[in-house]
Amino acid sequence: MQIDASVLKKEEKVVFTLRSLYEKYGFNQYKMSKFEEYDLYVKNKDFLVSDNIITFTDTDGKLLALKPDVTLSIIKNTNESKSTVEKVYYNENVYRVSKGTESYKEIMQVGLECIGDIDDFNIYETLMLACESLKSISQDFVLDISHMGIVSEIIESFGVSRSVEKALLKCIGEKNIHGIKEICKNEGIDGTKLEKLVSLYGNPQKVITELKRICQGESLNQLTYIVSELCKNGYQDSVRIDFSVINDMSYYNGFVFKGFINGISAGVLSGGQYDNLMLKMRKKAKAVGFAVYLDMLERLEINDKEYDVDALILYDESTNLSALNDAIKLLAESGKSVAAQKNVPEKLKYRQLLRLKERGVEIIENNA
Amino acid sequence: MKSLKTMLNIALPKGRLGEKVYTMFKDAGFPCPSIEENSRKLIFENEEKQVRYFWVKPSDVAIYVERGAADIGVAGKDILLEYQPDVYELLDLNVGKCKMAVAAKKEFRDDAGKTLRVATKFANITKNYYSSMGREIDIIHLNGSIEIAPILGLSDVIVDIVETGTTLKENNLEVIESIVPISARLIANKASFKFKNDLIEQVLCGFKVNTEDNND
Repeated sequence: MQIDASVLKKEEKVVFTLRSLYEKYGFNQYKMSKFEEYDLYVKNKDFLVSDNIITFTDTDGKLLALKPDVTLSIIKNTNESKSTVEKVYYNENVYRVSKGTESYKEIMQVGLECIGDIDDFNIYETLMLACESLKSISQDFVLDISHMGIVSEIIESFGVSRSVEKALLKCIGEKNIHGIKEICKNEGIDGTKLEKLVSLYGNPQKVITELKRICQGESLNQLTYIVSELCKNGYQDSVRIDFSVINDMSYYNGFVFKGFINGISAGVLSGGQYDNLMLKMRKKAKAVGFAVYLDMLERLEINDKEYDVDALILYDESTNLSALNDAIKLLAESGKSVAAQKNVPEKLKYRQLLRLKERGVEIIENNA
Repeated sequence: MKSLKTMLNIALPKGRLGEKVYTMFKDAGFPCPSIEENSRKLIFENEEKQVRYFWVKPSDVAIYVERGAADIGVAGKDILLEYQPDVYELLDLNVGKCKMAVAAKKEFRDDAGKTLRVATKFANITKNYYSSMGREIDIIHLNGSIEIAPILGLSDVIVDIVETGTTLKENNLEVIESIVPISARLIANKASFKFKNDLIEQVLCGFKVNTEDNND
């Protein structure tokens, strides 16, 4: 069977490209049911983007939910072999409340997870695939990378309460340097390092040089190592170190990252290492992964479809069915899309308007 | 609008604050002569400087920026606290200074045993403030003239922006608690910050030089 790629929408094309990309790197598709036991989400509520979940009772009275998230289901069912790495990808719909409308929305998500004995190579590969995923959507993309180890080290050195930590993290996420200054002033701590960390952005090599002046240690070495590797492999213009990528510290550790496409106003890819979440779910293995949100890609297609149909063929009650059929077949065989109607539908954009007469097809209007 | 992508789109809050903020942009090196002519237009461009300004309702600036219709904009901290938009808050401009406060009639005595009735435009700020204290409240959401709510007995207190306190005084009200200081902030769309980084950094640079002057 041959598929005409031109009939596919942008997000459909992306789904196919991503799937073949992940398959190529040895990831297997993970297929799951639309439903999951509600219990799973109650225990890990903070991990989810929104609290609202669509629930319903199964025939046996068990409370089920329409999946708001895929990662939790994958972790729940993992075999967690400690010496190898389980590599899976998924392509599923999730159900979440969208921010503006406060109503439920179905969002198509594609993503991948590596679970097991995660090492630098797995992290590198995940980040590389994140870049490749973005690239398959548009050449003009940016992947912001942060390392929670570096951020949490600085924040923990302050020895402040949880609520102050949370307020600081919020400021980091907003690149809100004046906010950090104020909190540090109120708490009587020296926030210079943190302010510097937040202000860093841009070319990765340049940022790393600056970073080495304010911190050192395992996390920085790992960040330097992996980011340089990405730069060496052709992503130097797309990868940025940006510490404003903040994910919940009680779930994420190590690398966290977010992907952006020029022309889409919010991030389309989000991921990181979530060893802490694994621990919470009593799994011994480590994990890293990301998800691509496809619901915003339709905004990318700047050119509206020029024509709905190539040829609109008009007929009336007296038209002979087989004559009409022949005319449509002839047009279709020449590679045109054809619609047959008795009257011209309002607002339909056609390239050519034809009328079927007794003697044959007559062209009434030519638009291109 | 063929050059929509290469220009920096800036949303300014309509009104006195917006005019002040525009002068700050101008001093930062991004003037736009056509904006200074008195006209009914809403969009103004300076192609040479690659900027496009537009006036929008102050409370809408955050929405324009969050959704990427504007790359950067200026919004009050009150709006950012109330709507929690997913944007970068790059700079405190130190203008439009006022505070979010709780006010009540002069003779008001708080009875902690009762649910407090609070009239406000800022439901989220109010909810967060009182829940941080563990106080049970009943929020009465109003869109304007908040001051008359306690006078007519609609509410016990109000949560609103207080600039000079004149309106409160004239209505026999007074501030009983301050919640948070407010001022105008320069905000940026998260994706624009990456793809128009050079332009945004230039604006930031120009602003930083000037705000530091102001603080001296």
